[in-house]
Formats: sequence, structure tokens, C-alpha cells
Amino acid sequence: MMALSFVAGAGSAEVGEPAPPFSLTTADGKTMALADLRGRVVYVDFWASWCAPCRRSFPWMNEMQQRYGDRGFTVIAVNVDRRRADAEQFLQSNSARFAVVYDDRGATPQAYSVKGMPSSYLIDARGTVVDVELGFRDDRKGAIEDQIRSLLSNR
Amino acid sequence: MSRQRLELLLALTLTLAGCATLQAPKPWEKDRLARPEMQFDADPLDAKLTQHIYDSKEAATGGNGVGGGGCGCN
Repeated sequence: MMALSFVAGAGSAEVGEPAPPFSLTTADGKTMALADLRGRVVYVDFWASWCAPCRRSFPWMNEMQQRYGDRGFTVIAVNVDRRRADAEQFLQSNSARFAVVYDDRGATPQAYSVKGMPSSYLIDARGTVVDVELGFRDDRKGAIEDQIRSLLSNR
Repeated sequence: MSRQRLELLLALTLTLAGCATLQAPKPWEKDRLARPEMQFDADPLDAKLTQHIYDSKEAATGGNGVGGGGCGCN
């Protein structure tokens, strides 16, 4: 049983591997697919309303989107709340000036085999995972921003 | 042991074994577990102080909730 469940849960996003594709909808019903962002540097962030560090990550993601959006950088925040209302309430007090998509069934975090909340994946213009961040830590901000910058200049 | 007792024992054992096949919730499924009413401690401040004692005196950390969803980053 145990072995079977591990096989069923297979699939992940490791550094150097292609990022698992996904296609999710935004609050206003628009579909956003990772494949459509090929050519851009993408930061996929898995968050939930009940996750405390996620709250701290929002201002930083706003900043990154604002600073590098014009240069080909996109933040996609995948919400994994099971109740949409929880996410909406969170967004009222934590404004998101980047793309937010919803996956209440958990298929996307399963595909990325998210190991903790929040988890983030930096994906280069070719769709390869370059960096996996587990949790949101202030001391990683600089390193992630450096990577974003270097990926944008080598695009 | 009487037959009835044996049957009861068997039933209890099987019930216990049934729990073993339950899968732990995935990190993104911990929404209900993360709610305040699901915590062991009724008083967050009290819990925080107790946890601080564990951290500082016993070098033990984590396992006290799902605030960060189990990322280990406090």
C-alpha cells in the first residue's frame, strides 16, 4: 500500500528538469498556462490563506513583479485553498499585483510535489526549473533576485 | 480467553490497523489543521512561551503546529 501510494504521487519539479505544465484560471475566469509564458522568466509560488509565511511573501512578490515585469518576468501565485472565499479574504488584506490562479483540487502542487507551504519555483525562459525555494525566508530574497536578474540578462 | 473476548480483541486490532493505511495530509491540504480551533493549546501566547522553553532549554523545535505548513522555517 505504502509503495503504491508513493508511485501514485510521483512527479516533481527538480532543478534542471522541465517545469511540470499547468493551466489554471484566474479570479476573472481567464486561463493561464505555463506553456504560454515560454520565453519569460517565471516565478511560480504556491500559497494558501492559512499559511503565515505566505503573507510575508506577498509584498516581496509585488516588488519583484513591478521591478522586473517589463523585462520579461512573471510571478504566478497558485492558490491551493479549498474554499475560494478564504483566498479572497486573504487577498483583501494582502494585495497581489501579480497573477493569481486557483487550484482547489491540488493537482498542480501534486505535480510539483510541493514539500511545504509556501514553495516557489524559478523557471527560466526555456521552461526549466532553475531554483526551488521551500518556505519564504528573508535571507533568500537577495539570492533569488540575483538569479532573476541573471536569467533575464541571459534570456 | 472466552470467544467473545477474542472477537472483541480481533475487532479492536483490526480497527487500529485500519488507521495505518490513512495517508498523512499533503502540505497543501493542511488548511483545516491550520485553523486556531485545531491547535492543542487553547491560548496562543501560553503555547508560544512553552515552545520558547523547548527551543531554548531543550534545543527542540518544530512539530508544534502547521503554521508554516511544515516547511520547517518557523
